[in-house]
Amino acid sequence: MALLNVENLRAYYRTEMYGISRTVRAVDGISLELQRNEIYGVAGESSCGKTTLIKVIAGAIKPPLKVEEGRVHYQFGEFDVDMLRISPDDLRSNVRWKEISYVMQGSMSVLNPVRRVITTFEDVVATHQGYTDKAAFLAQTREHVRKLGLPPDVLNLYPHQLSGGMRQRVAIALATVFHPSLIIADEPTTALDVVVQRGVLQMLKDIQAESGNTVLLVTHDLAVHANVADRVAVMYAGRLVEEAPTQLIFHAPRHPYTQHLIHSLPMIGDKSPRASLGGRPPSLANPPAGCRFHPRCPHVLDRCRAEAPEMLRLAGGQRVACHLITEGVR
Amino acid sequence: MLRVIRDLLKYDGRFRFAFVFLLAVLILAISSAISPYDPGRTFKVPADQPPSLQYPFGTNSRGQDMLWWMAFALRNSLFLGLMTAVVSRVIAIFVGLTAGYRGGFVDRALMSINDSFIVMPVLPVLILLSFLLRGRMSLVMLALILGLFGWPWDARLIRAQALSLKERAFTRTAVYSGTGSLKITLNEHLPFVLPVVFATTVANMLWSIGMEVTLSVLGLSNVELPTIGTAIFWANQHQALVAGIWWWLAAPVVVAIVLFLGLYLLFSSVNEYIDPRTRLRLMGG
Amino acid sequence: MSANGKLLDVQHVTAAFHIGGLLGGTRLVAVNDISFALESGRPEIFTLAGESGSGKTTLSRLLLHDLDPTAGKVIFEGRDLATIRKRREALDFMKKVQPVFQNPFETFSPLRRVEEYLYDAAMNFGMARNRRAATPIVDEALHLVGLSLEEVSKRYPHELSGGQIQRVSVARALIPHPRLILADEPVSMVDASLRMAIVNLFRKLRDEQQVSVLYITHDLATAYYISDRIAIMLRGFIVESGPVEAVLDRPLHPYTRLLKESIPEPAPQHRDSWATHIDLGTTEVKEYGRVGCKFAGRCPHIMEVCRKADPLDAEADGRIVKCYLYKA
Repeated sequence: MALLNVENLRAYYRTEMYGISRTVRAVDGISLELQRNEIYGVAGESSCGKTTLIKVIAGAIKPPLKVEEGRVHYQFGEFDVDMLRISPDDLRSNVRWKEISYVMQGSMSVLNPVRRVITTFEDVVATHQGYTDKAAFLAQTREHVRKLGLPPDVLNLYPHQLSGGMRQRVAIALATVFHPSLIIADEPTTALDVVVQRGVLQMLKDIQAESGNTVLLVTHDLAVHANVADRVAVMYAGRLVEEAPTQLIFHAPRHPYTQHLIHSLPMIGDKSPRASLGGRPPSLANPPAGCRFHPRCPHVLDRCRAEAPEMLRLAGGQRVACHLITEGVR
Repeated sequence: MLRVIRDLLKYDGRFRFAFVFLLAVLILAISSAISPYDPGRTFKVPADQPPSLQYPFGTNSRGQDMLWWMAFALRNSLFLGLMTAVVSRVIAIFVGLTAGYRGGFVDRALMSINDSFIVMPVLPVLILLSFLLRGRMSLVMLALILGLFGWPWDARLIRAQALSLKERAFTRTAVYSGTGSLKITLNEHLPFVLPVVFATTVANMLWSIGMEVTLSVLGLSNVELPTIGTAIFWANQHQALVAGIWWWLAAPVVVAIVLFLGLYLLFSSVNEYIDPRTRLRLMGG
Repeated sequence: MSANGKLLDVQHVTAAFHIGGLLGGTRLVAVNDISFALESGRPEIFTLAGESGSGKTTLSRLLLHDLDPTAGKVIFEGRDLATIRKRREALDFMKKVQPVFQNPFETFSPLRRVEEYLYDAAMNFGMARNRRAATPIVDEALHLVGLSLEEVSKRYPHELSGGQIQRVSVARALIPHPRLILADEPVSMVDASLRMAIVNLFRKLRDEQQVSVLYITHDLATAYYISDRIAIMLRGFIVESGPVEAVLDRPLHPYTRLLKESIPEPAPQHRDSWATHIDLGTTEVKEYGRVGCKFAGRCPHIMEVCRKADPLDAEADGRIVKCYLYKA
């Protein structure tokens, strides 16, 4: 039984100013499933729509963002949630932080900069669940933080007294205080040093392994996915182009975009030349017709220019949206 | 420029009102050029006539047609407002951008001068000056003096922006492209500062015209010169309200309201339009 | 031309700052007795690698003459940068050393067309008297980076991709025909599919335009790909430096080893070794203030002597290492 089922999701931004109207097709027909007990990675460059996808999945849908079509359905153990129809109150009291929580890049927006860390914990717990015995709550929080490998006196510090890596780990502790079914991590380690990144991601992996929940990890860094995710989905210009278990997608990527991304990554020990891809990621306000990757694709067919490819299911749990597969060319 | 006006007219209701009000004001002011009456001369028309088709603003107790008198008054007040605004903007921009960008001693020196002007009480000084120059304070002189008082607050605002602009990467890019400090402040920083400049221009105009009205009502300016303020002065001198010549006061007050409203609406709508963030969104950024 | 054939000679440079209030506060030595040199006749790509807090940003400011060292000298083509006083001399220096910044969307003012900066450079550095004369120079610089005036003419930064802007930024740096380009994290904010274009461009500049590149980054993978030599920085010190293959294929300093191990490889079959647990250690300022080797807090090979005093440079396996494990 899948945790989350996203079907044919289309979410656009519509703005109108001084007579100029723009529609940004940030998510344009995405279907995916998140299983329980997995780390699902979403890879994509800037302005591929992954932030919008996360917003819809987390229920943060506010104008000018509008869901045009599709279904976003959760099956938490005891109850179901239709994310597109749930009331804001219901979302706040039952879902947010308890079933779905969020870890973002920088995390300064989660930790109140003028309050000690423990106060932010209190605020979150009080808002979403409430507590009667303050001493018990403090003891529980300390224990939670200690189990995650953090020194408990970190709770008494202000965010600016913590290093970037420590802040992120505190943000993860905050996100897991109710043991949610889904943790959405949006570029959680992008600005961090490589050693610190390793520590933070290991912590995330440990949490996932222990609680058996689901982590949705969104980052442009494919190497991170290689070491952390169980399955990886690649997004391009508002659509999914490929999705597969990690080993499979790195050994046998089928979509030309994925192939380029993986083969262009430099590795220590290898100085052989790596090619770059011409063109640039398209504007989501004015995407190309047909397959959105066709202007940059080294194997483009005529069909690609006019017709958008459907997602095909291949062996081993791999899905690809590419005419080269349907035509049997590759 | 025309495209900007056309866009604003089409889409911004405030601008439409502002356009109408200010157009009316401008037409009245410009029509002073074809006035059949010299505002300095009295008793050219029957006195104390209420507003009618022949005399749309009525006539006052000195036998002057209020419509044409207000035309001159508006022209003078607008001139004062604009000139004060220009003088004080130029000083504010120069002081603010230079102090913000150069920092150090230059900044400290400029800001001491700046703050001295802020703490000086404007009205008493103006009253003193007008006593000293009794009757001989021309409009240009008043504009210059008001301009000299009108820059300090805005210079600080502009300086604050310059301080943050100095830290941005594109300032470094300009430095490494060999651009000198003056050019950097004008080419790189000024465009960001323009919305503030524009906003403060209108505020400044409102302030200076208001100051002039205050001075004139107190009889401290050149009362022979027609301005919105002197209209009220003369009306009070002749106790117009008591005598029932309400139109003598109504004319300057209504004209002032239309002018102020027009300026305010203009400020409000154009300010939003030229804000760099709006411009970026419009351009699709 | 310099007396001893060195393009850039960094001699025992130290930069110290006072952080904290007027009373109390500490002395932070951001760059600590750093020395290295780039040869004149042989253009190369030299990487300064380090994490945040390593001092690489401060060092880049010293090399651009944005800042004067507290001790030591930065000598460019025989001239001590600290002696540059007049604007004329500063301009001459800028013609020879040019930066490329990290954030493409901040490098140019969002309210100016990007080509304006190239025209500015051409005219300010005396390469052209007016706009008309500057046009072919601007066009040539753009062609060197794989663009053209047609493509970028009249465009504002937000109308170009991050990759394109970085290329324009490099073109701008090339206008005065510099000898050295200082690229500070030039691709960290550029999309993955556009990154290699910029990185390959630096190689081309070294090979075809005889321009040396000082590449400052924390990304060891791209550093390996394009550099000739590399220096690993930790808390103000260079702990290991030498040919990039030697330093990164066979790292000697424990910190370099830790860095190399921590890089996630795009190879899922090796993920288990990456997953071995590490201790993230103490906060940055504490590590700076430490007496002795700055890595002592997390080093698996720690010895008594490590905590006593800073280790000296030792030569081993074709590179220089600052570690007590190796004989000085």
